Amino acid sequence: MSFIPNTEADRARMREVIGISSNADLFTDVPEKLRFPRLDLPGALSELEVLAELDAMARLDTHTGQAPSFLGAGAYHHFIPAVVDAMVSRSEFATAYTPYQPEISQGTLQAIFEYQSMIARLTGMDVSNASHYDGATSTAEAVIMALNVAQKQRRCVILSRGLHPQYRAVVRTYTQGMGLTIAGDEDRVDGIEGLGLLCDETTACVVVQNPDFLGRIAEPGQVAALARRAHAVGALLIVVANPISLGLLVPPGEMEADVVAGEGQALGNHLSFGGPCLGFFAFRRDQIRKSSGRIAGQTEDHDGRRGFVFTLSTREQHIRREKATSNICTNQSLNALTAAVYMTALGPRGLRRVAELCWHKAHYAASRIAAVSGYVVAPGEFFHEFAVRCPRPVQRISARLYEKHGIIGGYDLGADYPELGNAMLLCCTEVNTKEQIDRLVDALEDCRHA
Amino acid sequence: MPEPLIFEISRKGREGVSLPACDVPETSIPPGLRRSELLLPEVSEIDVVRHYVRLSQLNYAVDTGFYPLGSCTMKYNPKANDAAARMAGFAELHPLQDPSTAQGALAVMHGLQAMMAEIGGFPAVSLQPSAGAHGELTGIFIMRRYHADNGQHARTRILVPDSAHGTNPASTAMAGFEAVEVPSDTRGNIDIKRLKENLDERVAGLMLTNPNTLGLFEENILEVTRLVHDAGGLVYGDGANFNAILGVARPGAMGIDVMHFNLHKTFSTPHGGGGPGAGAVGVVEKLADYLPGPIVAVAESDRGSTVSTRYEWFMPAKTIGRVKSFHGNFGILVRAYVYIRMLGAEGLRAVAENAVLNANYLQARLTSVYPVPYGDRTCMHEFVAQGKLASAPDIRAMDISKRLIDYGFHPPTNYFPLIVPEALMIEPTETESLETLDRFADTLLRIAEEAAAHPELLHEAPHSSPVRRLDEVRAARELKVTAG
Repeated sequence: MSFIPNTEADRARMREVIGISSNADLFTDVPEKLRFPRLDLPGALSELEVLAELDAMARLDTHTGQAPSFLGAGAYHHFIPAVVDAMVSRSEFATAYTPYQPEISQGTLQAIFEYQSMIARLTGMDVSNASHYDGATSTAEAVIMALNVAQKQRRCVILSRGLHPQYRAVVRTYTQGMGLTIAGDEDRVDGIEGLGLLCDETTACVVVQNPDFLGRIAEPGQVAALARRAHAVGALLIVVANPISLGLLVPPGEMEADVVAGEGQALGNHLSFGGPCLGFFAFRRDQIRKSSGRIAGQTEDHDGRRGFVFTLSTREQHIRREKATSNICTNQSLNALTAAVYMTALGPRGLRRVAELCWHKAHYAASRIAAVSGYVVAPGEFFHEFAVRCPRPVQRISARLYEKHGIIGGYDLGADYPELGNAMLLCCTEVNTKEQIDRLVDALEDCRHA
Repeated sequence: MPEPLIFEISRKGREGVSLPACDVPETSIPPGLRRSELLLPEVSEIDVVRHYVRLSQLNYAVDTGFYPLGSCTMKYNPKANDAAARMAGFAELHPLQDPSTAQGALAVMHGLQAMMAEIGGFPAVSLQPSAGAHGELTGIFIMRRYHADNGQHARTRILVPDSAHGTNPASTAMAGFEAVEVPSDTRGNIDIKRLKENLDERVAGLMLTNPNTLGLFEENILEVTRLVHDAGGLVYGDGANFNAILGVARPGAMGIDVMHFNLHKTFSTPHGGGGPGAGAVGVVEKLADYLPGPIVAVAESDRGSTVSTRYEWFMPAKTIGRVKSFHGNFGILVRAYVYIRMLGAEGLRAVAENAVLNANYLQARLTSVYPVPYGDRTCMHEFVAQGKLASAPDIRAMDISKRLIDYGFHPPTNYFPLIVPEALMIEPTETESLETLDRFADTLLRIAEEAAAHPELLHEAPHSSPVRRLDEVRAARELKVTAG
């Protein structure tokens, strides 16, 4: 099935109009020795067969709807109200291109404008773009924006060790051609004050995550002090935020952050094995011309009616080419729409309620696990997740949790944070019931000697 | 009817979702950590539904009509793709689960890697990049690392034809290289003489879109790639236009060293109003170790086993690093996998043949009225006409495009490629019928008549859309980018 409507009779008529005798005549510009290779691909399947094949493959997976899961670490299993998928799967949204013709793309453009407004309010910032690919690339784009704000005069970037290890990796990938110094994370500088001490006149930006990768929440005053320290030397503060936590917690905008980046998957997007995700990206109004990504703006049509267009395109690759602020073109529009529908459906009280449920469940789990001999819960305030030092290698505990108890355990911190010993990062959201948490606690007790 | 902003529909106290009571003892939240207010909309579920359904109705989409947007390959997106991506074993799978609990997902990725490799003629493929431009950036980093490893640190220039997408020079600059423009010749190919002049020891490589954005197959492709290789450079292939040559020619065999595939164009995944896409990257053998990971491999211990295959993650030895978190836009990868499995090798070749046939048919029907600068050549999946009519000198390409909206069509791509004045870049794709093509051609011919007789109809178009022409200058001046 190739989804081609034309019949052989149609094709014959078309060839006649074109003046060729066979389809092969269309490809005479292709060097003959390259033409029509034999492709060794599996034979074509009907829809029935292919869906059966995919169903069989999907059944090989144990998904988070089947087994209680306590995995977070940047991707979160939340309840998604049915209305979200129902709206987002409308093919008028799903099968449109980037809105290059605004007169017939007002649905997408207005939805992006509303998404930008919600993200700006959620983060406490002035402006949001239309999206980046994910939290990691959004963070890397924030770093590049800071370098551009400093007009490439500042060559040092400070990363917190609490920043998601994969985000740190992507920042390094993205900036590998720039001859930068990246400090902080691999030097194991601890705490926000330590990062402040690294700032000097070579610093373009400081990047912290709050709550950090280990779930730890910094005092808003501490973050604001870091912002002032960064500003005092002329650097920007980039805060990577957890959007669900912002239903409850003080937003980075109130901590004097210059850019707020992060992963928006948790706002109504399915886990989908880690993609497609949603990179959100919010900033101060005075940096708008240095920002990357598309931005929808309000205007009027010929008859004075309100309408929306993409604006400030002069920052973008299709106009500025090598002088663009980023190469981004296709972004994550449908995921941004998803986040907007989710935030609309939940509203301020719903989002706060989700965050509170996450808070209570994670704290309940932490307090119960802390009481199990051999397990030590990291101190301090946390959101969504917390690190637990385990009596045995995490890999062995996780294997037993899954095989004997049917539980998907937490993230093994061993590779990224060897200094924490046998540490596991456990996450709870509103989907984790008390019964699941109690089962986890009992199972961890059983795993003490795994 | 304009749709109010969701904030204007909001009424204090309304709720759209009910959440369960807390079933665990509550833990107090320090007041100093709590935010004071959050001004999200407050609406009931019916408001959510009506708002977004109405917004959706203001959109034009492939599922509502013909969308011949050049270089964007707006083909039909089969619904089976979405059905597979929605399966709980894929949609509810956490990316950091132990691979032993996600073997189905890894099998899909492994299968797709293998099929993309076979279709493109590349021994290795990474599925990490999220979009075409992301694939380009990945490719330039790979080229950079390869040259650095060979001590070729002076190679910092990337040659880019003047017909290239804007992402090509932008990706080049973002990777810390310098983009150098190479002109096209009178047949729409890259100008070989000018290419040779630029090929020196500073050149890291050439970025080539083939077929190019004029819709033309690079006639001298083998000479072009040989020249670049002889000069010590690598050739990057921009796969945006791969739909034209699916099963017809393999980029790997043309001398392309690294290429991205746009799964959201060629492989029928929906574009989502601007993403998510996926920009898988294929490379030749000598570049395989530089790919971004993780990549899916058959577990070492299971090689040669016929009982069962076990898949695992693997990071290439000299990888440029991660280009995103987790494993790529998996939900998009599932869709592309389903598509390729439904088509098979013959189906893919039929895609290219019909896409090219449709484009040539439209070109043949329109050339007598609309100039087509390289119209003496057979076009590939698209062609670039000019919105310049002898009978209506003050009519511009934009006017013609906007008038097409009144007749129920999405306009072609306007003003690109930059080297064709008043460009109307038309890509019908293979999923459109002869009747649709005829209606579109008849309409364009009728618009040409209107342009001469009633030019104001075009200048003031569109008349029938939800809004009329929008004031972009005002948007940029006032910069109202959030609701008040």
